[in-house]
Amino acid sequence: MTTVDLAALYPVDGDDITRLHARLAAAADRDDLLDVAYRTVDSPVGALLIAATPAGLVRVAFSSEGHDAVLQSLSDRISSRLLRAPKRLDAVARQLDEYFSGRRHTFDVPLDFQLSKGFRRVVLGHLAVDVGYGTTASYGTLARLSGSPKAVRAVGTTCATNPIPVVVPCHRVVRSDGTLGGYRGGPAAKRALLDLEGVA
Amino acid sequence: MKPPFEKVVAQHGATVLRVVRAVLGHADADDAWSDTFLAAMKAYPDLPADANLEAWLVTIAHRKAIDITRATARRAIPIADTPDTPSHDHRDESDTGLAEAVAALPTKQRQAVAYHYLAGLPYAEIATLLDTSAAAARRAAADGIAALRRAHAHNPIDASGENGVHK
Repeated sequence: MTTVDLAALYPVDGDDITRLHARLAAAADRDDLLDVAYRTVDSPVGALLIAATPAGLVRVAFSSEGHDAVLQSLSDRISSRLLRAPKRLDAVARQLDEYFSGRRHTFDVPLDFQLSKGFRRVVLGHLAVDVGYGTTASYGTLARLSGSPKAVRAVGTTCATNPIPVVVPCHRVVRSDGTLGGYRGGPAAKRALLDLEGVA
Repeated sequence: MKPPFEKVVAQHGATVLRVVRAVLGHADADDAWSDTFLAAMKAYPDLPADANLEAWLVTIAHRKAIDITRATARRAIPIADTPDTPSHDHRDESDTGLAEAVAALPTKQRQAVAYHYLAGLPYAEIATLLDTSAAAARRAAADGIAALRRAHAHNPIDASGENGVHK
C-alpha cells in the first residue's frame, strides 16, 4: 500500500523559516524580549561571532572557541532569550569591516562589560581607551594604568579571557620582553591583528 | 542545560508551522507561528530545563490558533455564495485535495490529527489541550484519519506512526 506522510502535506522550506525568524526577531526586539542578539561576520582571522545586549556589544568570539559553546555560555550567563538578529549588530559589523580593511582605527560602539567583574572590568576599561591603534603596552604597563602595578598576572588573565577581543584590543598587550604572550584567538590571530595595525 | 532560544526555533520551527497550517490553514499560519514563538520566548526563561519543548510549543500554538480563529470570526463578513473554485497553493494536485480534506474535518478531529500525527503528542497530552479524555482524543484522531482515508481512498494516509510520527 502506498503511504503518505501527513507532514508532506504541509511542506516547510528554508524560506518559510527565514521569513518567520526575521519577523520573530523584529517583534522580540520591539517587545524588549531580545536580551541577546548575535550574528557572525567574516574576517581575516576567521568567522567572528558578535553578540550584543540592549546595552551594547557584549561578546566577540573566534571560531576556535566553538560558536555553539559560546552561544550556550551567553544563554546561561546572560539570558536564554537569545536570537540570531543581525540588525542590532549592523554598526559593529560595519566598523569591524572598516577596521579589517585598515580604514578604521577606533571603534565607536557601546560596550557591555557585564561578563567581566571587578578588577578585570577596570583593566578592560583602560585597555579600551588607553592603548591606541598601532601601539602596544606590556602587561606591567596596563597593570600600572589600572592602579595595581603588582597585578601583572591578573592583567594577563584578564587579557586572556577578554570577552570582547578585537574591539577591546587585548592583542595590543604583549610581554615586557617583546614576545607576544597568549591570546584567546590563538597566537596567529594576535600576530595577524598586530601586522594589520603595522606593529613590527 | 537549557538551550538558547535560537536553538528552540531551529529545532521546532518547522513542526510548529506544519501544525498551525493543518489546524488553521495557510493564510493564518504565519500569524499563529509568530504569536506562538513570541509568547514562548517571553516565557522561556521560566520554563523548567527538563520540559518537553515540542509539547510546550504545541500547547501555546493551540491557544494562539484559537485566538486567531475567534478574531477572524469577529471580523468575518457574511457572503451569499462561497467561491466554488478552491484556492490552490504550491502543493501538487493530490496533496492539495488531501489538505482540503484535513481543513474540512471537524475542529477536534483536525486538532487531534495535527497534534498527534504532525507533532507526535501523546493522547494524554492532547486530551488536556482539548479538554477531553485520552480515549476521546484517540478516537477523534482515529475518526479524522478514517475520514481522510475515505476522502482520498486512492491516496491512503499512513496512520501507522512510522513516518517520523511517534506514539
